Amino acid sequence: MFWRTDIRRWPEFAEGVREQTTVTAGVAAWGLMTGVAMVAAGLSQLEAVLMTLLVFAGSAQLAVLPLLTAGAPLWVVLAAAFCVNLRFVVFSAHLRPYMMHQPLRQRLVTGYLTGDMSYVFFVRRYHAVGATLEAKQRQMAYLAGHCCVNYFSWMGASLLGVALAHTIPVAWGLGFAGILALIGVGCSLATSTLRVVAAGVAGAAAVAAFALPLKLHIVVAIAAAVAFCLLIEAHGPRALRPQPPIPPNPPSAP
Amino acid sequence: MSDFDWPTLLAIAALTLVTVLTRSFFFISERDWKLPYWAERGLLYAPIAALAAVVAPEVVLLEGQLIDTWQDARLFAAAAGVAWFFWRGGVLGTIVCGMAVFLPLRLGLGW
Repeated sequence: MFWRTDIRRWPEFAEGVREQTTVTAGVAAWGLMTGVAMVAAGLSQLEAVLMTLLVFAGSAQLAVLPLLTAGAPLWVVLAAAFCVNLRFVVFSAHLRPYMMHQPLRQRLVTGYLTGDMSYVFFVRRYHAVGATLEAKQRQMAYLAGHCCVNYFSWMGASLLGVALAHTIPVAWGLGFAGILALIGVGCSLATSTLRVVAAGVAGAAAVAAFALPLKLHIVVAIAAAVAFCLLIEAHGPRALRPQPPIPPNPPSAP
Repeated sequence: MSDFDWPTLLAIAALTLVTVLTRSFFFISERDWKLPYWAERGLLYAPIAALAAVVAPEVVLLEGQLIDTWQDARLFAAAAGVAWFFWRGGVLGTIVCGMAVFLPLRLGLGW
């Protein structure tokens, strides 16, 4: 990763740094809001700092705040975070071939540090795995450049947000900026009709099931939306089915 | 409020593991293995469903009850954020535009 000189010496590292700088303003603003939102939701500043430094996952942090402060059980908090982070599971399936030449510890560290922005830039730049070890290392250097800028701009802004949170009156409702950030990420995921349907079903189910104890309405809503969309994929109107249609016995992926 | 409590610290530690696990999910095993097909398809819908499940109650409920007025700053801010996203794109613009609608309504009109 980016603290290793053998990674930084590749020109691809500087290239990644340069490109990530173009989105730094957005990342930093979102980090600032997340910092403020954590304290506004009721975490102490120490807890907010620890959460910033360790969890390093903006949307999951924002998503679990109402659960943490409502005293939801740990497994519900973790299930919610896991589901919000599920897109990273998909990303990791995509990135797997680029990673597997590294030892396990490096793979875990690289995964931990690769957020949405770094992933999006990486897969836009590289469409195939490097043929040689050197080519693979250069690809990792490019990714490390992105992760480096992303990490420090996020951490700096988020910690600043934690520090400033108490100077901003709670009545302003600035925590709502966190919800708006989640709305923005949600909109960026709305890339197909069925995904919009999933959001609608989950939102309606969450409101309808809100009275359930233990914040279970989140789990119920996700299960309802996923089940509904899988049913539509299989049996729904032709226009909503995925194009091209799913083969009945899908070939195993390479 | 005390500086920290143990359940929250435990949650933060466990959430860190969730981050590592989800971001590295398919890097962990050296062997080639695959999710069941339905789970792979379900992965397409679970993230947006999770976000919607968290967001919707925060926008339309007040103390557990569906709001019965349209004079709520959150409704207009959420709509403005969505509109901005599909007009111009970007999470930052969504936040800024939403808050630009939210703050005057909340602070000026008390909605």
